[in-house]
Amino acid sequence: MANAKELKQVLTGPIINNNPIALQILGVCSALAVTAKMETAIVMTLALTVVTAFSNLFISLLRNHIPSSVRIIVQMTVIASLVIVVDQVLQAYAYDIAKQLSVFVGLIITNCIVMGRAEAYAMKTPPMMSFMDGIGNGLGYGAILLSVGFIRELFGNGSLFGIEILSKISDGGWYQPNGLLLLPPSAFFLIGGLIWMIRTYKPEQVEAKG
Amino acid sequence: MASNKDSFGKTLFVVIGLCFVCSMFVSTAAVLLKPTQQENKLLDKQKYILEAAGLVDTKAGKLEKKTVIDTYNKYVEARLVDLKTGDFIEGNADTFDVEKAARTPATSFKPQHDIASVKRVANTGVVYLIKDDNKQLQTVIIPVKGYGLWSTMFAFLAVEADMNTIRSLVYYDFTGSGETPGLGGEVQNPQWIAKWEGKKLYNENGELAIQVTKLPTVAASVHGVDALSGATLTSNGVQHSLTFWLGEEGFARFIEKARNGGLS
Repeated sequence: MANAKELKQVLTGPIINNNPIALQILGVCSALAVTAKMETAIVMTLALTVVTAFSNLFISLLRNHIPSSVRIIVQMTVIASLVIVVDQVLQAYAYDIAKQLSVFVGLIITNCIVMGRAEAYAMKTPPMMSFMDGIGNGLGYGAILLSVGFIRELFGNGSLFGIEILSKISDGGWYQPNGLLLLPPSAFFLIGGLIWMIRTYKPEQVEAKG
Repeated sequence: MASNKDSFGKTLFVVIGLCFVCSMFVSTAAVLLKPTQQENKLLDKQKYILEAAGLVDTKAGKLEKKTVIDTYNKYVEARLVDLKTGDFIEGNADTFDVEKAARTPATSFKPQHDIASVKRVANTGVVYLIKDDNKQLQTVIIPVKGYGLWSTMFAFLAVEADMNTIRSLVYYDFTGSGETPGLGGEVQNPQWIAKWEGKKLYNENGELAIQVTKLPTVAASVHGVDALSGATLTSNGVQHSLTFWLGEEGFARFIEKARNGGLS
């Protein structure tokens, strides 16, 4: 069994040091789509964390039995099954949010983070650590989603979690919302800005030139 | 080990076994959760019907499930309407699936002037009659749908018993990822919804006159509603949905009969 230090590394590493979005540049598409509101960003993070953690767990359990010729298909089958179940659970217990997330829960299947962790980590690591790695990467994904969601909802809509913070002119207040922030392309700029910030703080993340 | 797990038999065994386990897992979840999901869907629809009728305020906070069901059962009566004749037909309108009927060729038709891009229309429509405590008709709710910019938008148009004065137009569902948040998505903004209240559908000659418009002079009139800024195509979609569903291939016959006292 892994020691505490290694466990901490696996869990917290992906938040800044090895962030799936900022360093590995994986899973950007969903980060653009679901970050217009904090609420959807949180539910999406939870959904992705659950899927990554459990797909890592199951794939790790099976890792000594998965034939290498069909390993990607086996991984996809496990991931797809989990995603469908998560989608069904959301529709049953969080209908309003499931309606807002619409296709993006289903698209977790194609989210490169899930696949990337399964192939790169779970295939050669024992189950418990793989599970933790899934949670850690979910946290890293969530850290970016929530930062982007915070800026987009606050400045794009004047609210956080649907609660008004800056009163909009259209509601008789003083704040003129920035409509661009509500559109997916704005997340490109925000994620780019975040990557720049992280790499200025940790220059070792900058890719070698040439 | 390595050569063993890559053998033909083992590969086949793992793949088939995994597919079997996964399909059991997925279908169990789907079957177990289906009743809850359908309940949610129905509840969501009923909530918006009540909102369109002005019987509940969804913005005031989370509604109790029981409140929705009780209010709905008390005031709302769903009826099936034959679009061709405009007459009521017998049947349970609460369980009738309009979307399914619209997909089946035998129970639907292809509209001639499909301005709202609805593709097919079910021969039978569902309307909701809202009656007060004295069983007096207060509001008639007509479902409308149409294509906006990205999605098909579903709404409830609530009209007063005179079949002319609009009470509300409530958008409740979108296919796919819906309209652009902050632009077309503003069809769900309470302030925009409020603009519909009191507007008249028809002019003195009985012609459909309601207009989603960019002209302030028209928007100020009794037939005009200010279009959403930055969302021309969604606004057009709203206009087309209304024109279509209140038109000849929609509920025109039914409304005509209702205006001549067919509902009381």
